[in-house]
Amino acid sequence: MPKITLNLITGRTIQQGVAMEAGKNHPAYREACGIIELDKADFKRLGAWPNTNVRVNSAHGTVVVKAVPATQGPHPGIAFIPMGPWANRVINPYTYSTGTPTFKGTPIEVEPAQGEVVLDGIQVVYEVVRGGKK
Amino acid sequence: MTKTVSDVICPFCGTLCDDLEVVVSDDGKKILEVLNACAIGNEKFHHAGAEDRPKRPRMQQPDGSYKEVSYDDAVEYTAQMLAKAKKPLMYGWSSTNCEAQSIGHEVAELVGAVVDNTATVCHGSTLIALQDVGIPSCTLGEIKNRADRILYWGCNPAHAHPRHMSRYSIFPRGFFTGKGSQSRKLFVIDPRMSDTAKLADYHFQVEQGRDYELLQAFRTALKGEWLPDTVAGIPKERIYEGAEVLKSGRFGIIFFGMGVTQTRGKNHNIDAAISLTKDLNEYTKFNIMPMRGHYNVTGSGEVLGWQYGFPYCVDLSRGFARYNPGDSSSNDLLVRGEVDAVLTIASDPGAHFPISSVQKIWNLPSVAIDPHITPTTEVSKLHVPVAFVGIECGGNAYRMDNVPIDCRKVVDPPEGMLTDEEFLTRVLKRVKELKGVA
Repeated sequence: MPKITLNLITGRTIQQGVAMEAGKNHPAYREACGIIELDKADFKRLGAWPNTNVRVNSAHGTVVVKAVPATQGPHPGIAFIPMGPWANRVINPYTYSTGTPTFKGTPIEVEPAQGEVVLDGIQVVYEVVRGGKK
Repeated sequence: MTKTVSDVICPFCGTLCDDLEVVVSDDGKKILEVLNACAIGNEKFHHAGAEDRPKRPRMQQPDGSYKEVSYDDAVEYTAQMLAKAKKPLMYGWSSTNCEAQSIGHEVAELVGAVVDNTATVCHGSTLIALQDVGIPSCTLGEIKNRADRILYWGCNPAHAHPRHMSRYSIFPRGFFTGKGSQSRKLFVIDPRMSDTAKLADYHFQVEQGRDYELLQAFRTALKGEWLPDTVAGIPKERIYEGAEVLKSGRFGIIFFGMGVTQTRGKNHNIDAAISLTKDLNEYTKFNIMPMRGHYNVTGSGEVLGWQYGFPYCVDLSRGFARYNPGDSSSNDLLVRGEVDAVLTIASDPGAHFPISSVQKIWNLPSVAIDPHITPTTEVSKLHVPVAFVGIECGGNAYRMDNVPIDCRKVVDPPEGMLTDEEFLTRVLKRVKELKGVA
């Protein structure tokens, strides 16, 4: 399976904001935030169709999210996961003495994740804190 | 007969819109319609009446399930946890009113806690920078009425502050900006073609993480000095052109967001942005303002500021206030295992902290005070649901330009539910008893 290397940024989307206020334990939150926005060119490199599940790996963790076409592109080489527990499984937690983790600019590797599911907003946290997964 | 409450304040983002109208049922208990709000604000008001909203505190059981407990039990658990801890962390504060923040700080003083707000994962680096170099700023009203050069640097208000552009920056017709958007030039600096960038007169698609270089390049271009052919992926001709357009304005404003505070360089990026603002003031009037996220994160900084002299990361564990981001900041304390209990209020670190920090909250005695079910409430030992500030109770909040606005109560909270302020007042009383303070 092909693996591609990208630069991950996170941030707010209006869908994330609406879903968050409607309840982070609801499926709409997963639909809004359990995704990774990829550029067309990066989908080609990955050899995957839009809306397939992918595994995102970084030096800090791993998570399964759904790959969707970039809504605010083009941005080849940059991947975007809306702020939330999925992004926070893989972002760089170091604060470099400012208190603020480095939520933007984490090198990641993305690979297709056939047969794996995207967990909901609570389970994606539980998988690590209860399950001991990285 | 339904009743319409006018001039309602929206308790979502730092824009703190004050023109909402909310239609409530005749018994004043249910919100039927919300007018003028953005999609997120609208959802927040409607969620207050959600059927699945917890109404009483819930204690986590050993098997992971939750058991309902009384508010008295919740007060006792919270007070005991804080009083026993050597160095508890009291984090959040940004989605509640200043009154509750003030009472919380009193508790923190008694138990020797570290008080930190959501700026720690947001505009904390901004606060460090403005302590370094100051901040020439103004109010959103001045921007509406005067600004003809507007920069959004590393922020995307179309998604994060949905009414910011229509109320204050691009579209409104102000006293000296009678032609609305036609009398203004919009610059957006973003590594993506964001929905805000699509509206821009000038979009600089900066290489991600190279904001510092581009900011310094603008400073260089203002002075007409030499630049390399490209800086941060932007050809030098565009930088020189942009600098001239900025200089030619009568009143300018740089709004900046997480694109510069959370990326490489952090406070140094903001140092450069403020210095650019200072340089622009050689030619015209220019200002700079952080796009604050939570509706009252500014208020938390203000209250901490006037009580202790520091806007976040305030460590009271030694009996006096210390401030040292990187040492007294929530994520650093959690990852290094330097706190032994966690109280979160009006925020969601479970969803918005790196997972390594969330793991530490799970391992510690913890209380989450929040109206919603969130990842934080689900990793905390006790969840205390409270009334929504700005919907079910009033209180003071600060807009992103440091203007205080009193929020309005629109409907009653569910019967018997406490507000943040009431819950913390009861915790304070019990902590005083436990500590033997009169």
